[in-house]
Amino acid sequence: MAILALALLGACKREVRELRPDPPVAAALGGVAALPVGIGGRPPEVYFALGKPYRTNAYQLSEGKRLYAWFGCAECHGQGEGTARGPALLDGWWNYGPAMETIYLSLRDGRPGGMPAFHTRLTEDQLWQLAGYVQQLGAYSGGAAAPGRSDEPPVRPAENRAPARFAPLEP
Amino acid sequence: MNGAAQSALAPGGAEAAAILSLFWPVTALLGAIWLAVLLVLALGLWRRPGAAPRRAGLAVGAATAGTVLVVIGLTLASYLVTRPLSAAAEAPLVVQVQGRQWWWQVTYPAEGDAPGFTTANELRLPLGRPVRLELAAADVIHSFWVPNLAGKQDMIPGRDNALLLTPRQAGIFRAQCAEFCGMQHARMALPVVVQPAAEFARWRAGQAAPAAAEALAVAGRQVFESRQCSACHTVRGSEAAGSTGPDLTHLASRETLGAGLLPMTRGALAAWTADPQTLKPGNNMPLVPLTADELQALTEFLALLR
Ligand code: HEC
Ligand code: HEC
Ligand SMILES: [Cu+2]
Repeated sequence: MAILALALLGACKREVRELRPDPPVAAALGGVAALPVGIGGRPPEVYFALGKPYRTNAYQLSEGKRLYAWFGCAECHGQGEGTARGPALLDGWWNYGPAMETIYLSLRDGRPGGMPAFHTRLTEDQLWQLAGYVQQLGAYSGGAAAPGRSDEPPVRPAENRAPARFAPLEP
Repeated sequence: MNGAAQSALAPGGAEAAAILSLFWPVTALLGAIWLAVLLVLALGLWRRPGAAPRRAGLAVGAATAGTVLVVIGLTLASYLVTRPLSAAAEAPLVVQVQGRQWWWQVTYPAEGDAPGFTTANELRLPLGRPVRLELAAADVIHSFWVPNLAGKQDMIPGRDNALLLTPRQAGIFRAQCAEFCGMQHARMALPVVVQPAAEFARWRAGQAAPAAAEALAVAGRQVFESRQCSACHTVRGSEAAGSTGPDLTHLASRETLGAGLLPMTRGALAAWTADPQTLKPGNNMPLVPLTADELQALTEFLALLR
């Protein structure tokens, strides 16, 4: 019985928390092959080599959620529902597309319609953490990993409940 | 914080002394009761076989009465000793301390003609003057505890707690977060420096001023302003005005770096700037990739922030 319990305990897998991307890895994360219009393209090889953690790892998503609050995204995008100063992020309607690398480019370089560039304020891995969180915010299908829940009363479905599924599709 | 005292048995303040005056009598009394119980138990176990059963009625009655008396006595004593601790003192120094994952934000509101300011990771108090610490939390529950000065008080998000204390002895005391608050809870300490009133007033005036002019003149300032550092940290007098990390305006005047993690030396500053995630894994400052020249310049700048 005790052996069985130990064996079961040994089988528990703790999610890996990558706290410190090696500087060369972080530098390589910036190598997005973008189309000249800054839409689409391809994430860098290292993104796949890492196992796409920014969309599947709860710790990385939670960090993204923290950065969303810390870096004032809510000023313009609210809790995702959008404001007069910035578009909604949870309705599944994207001006530039739902791909990770597109969202990453929106954050890094900004967008002409009034989205500020964040590359001087966030490190490479932070940009990816935030992109992963924003993508989940506007997803049509739920994910297995979710960031920590909010302390405030909810104003929208939880991030991993695929909020875009509930939102009316705009133009 | 080598050598900084952290012990509830060496009180440096009125409140800690009061609590200690309760601690020894209670410990002695309860220790004696424990010994007595063991003695009775041993007597009971060593009864000769075949001896006539003893009547327990009187002993049980006496023990019950004794227990009731001891509980009432101790409750009364602890009430009498701890009640005055929460009585408001006249004209206390008010300091706001906010717990964050995993550091402390410390705000001295303006008082008379002394302007207010915000600093971090160090609390300084004048000797002999009552202090009212207003305790808050930004993210999760923390707990503020300087064993040498006073008892514990929780810091709870959305709730205003206060702790009153009167330092009676100059020196550096170590405070420690006393409520598990996440990965770096163990490295969330705070040096509390108690100093004579005149010295404290000088320190206070210095902290309220913007950063030292010689720091603002070095090249490292531009690195700090143009890199990610300025998004999270404030250095008054420069363009850096972030508020999610500790205020660094007078960083080098502090006793320790990283909430009691390392002594404040130039080497520690360089090590922290180069790789905070190895020194304090999981803390909320990311590893910012820097060239050797940038690191050199930044370290010089930080070390001049006195
Ligand atoms: C000053 C207001 C402002 C702030 C602050 C801001 N944004 Fe934006 N954001 C905008 C505007 C306006 C747009 C639309 C730009 C366009 O369509 O060209 C936008 C676009 C975007 C897009 C692209 C959306 C799409 O439909 O493709 C993303 C993703 C985004 N923002 C995320 C963020 C995140 C994450 C933050 C916080 C780090 C942030 N924004 C902060 C105003 C802001
Ligand atoms: C994303 C926000 C963020 C960025 C960017 C950032 N820091 Fe920090 N910094 C923090 C936080 C949070 C702490 C507190 C860490 C702790 O002790 O848990 C901190 C702590 C520090 C400390 C120790 C402060 C003290 O009171 O002991 C120094 C020095 C420091 N940072 C310098 C820098 C420098 C230099 C840069 C730029 C290379 C930088 N930081 C970039 C958030 C940041
Ligand atoms: Cu804490």
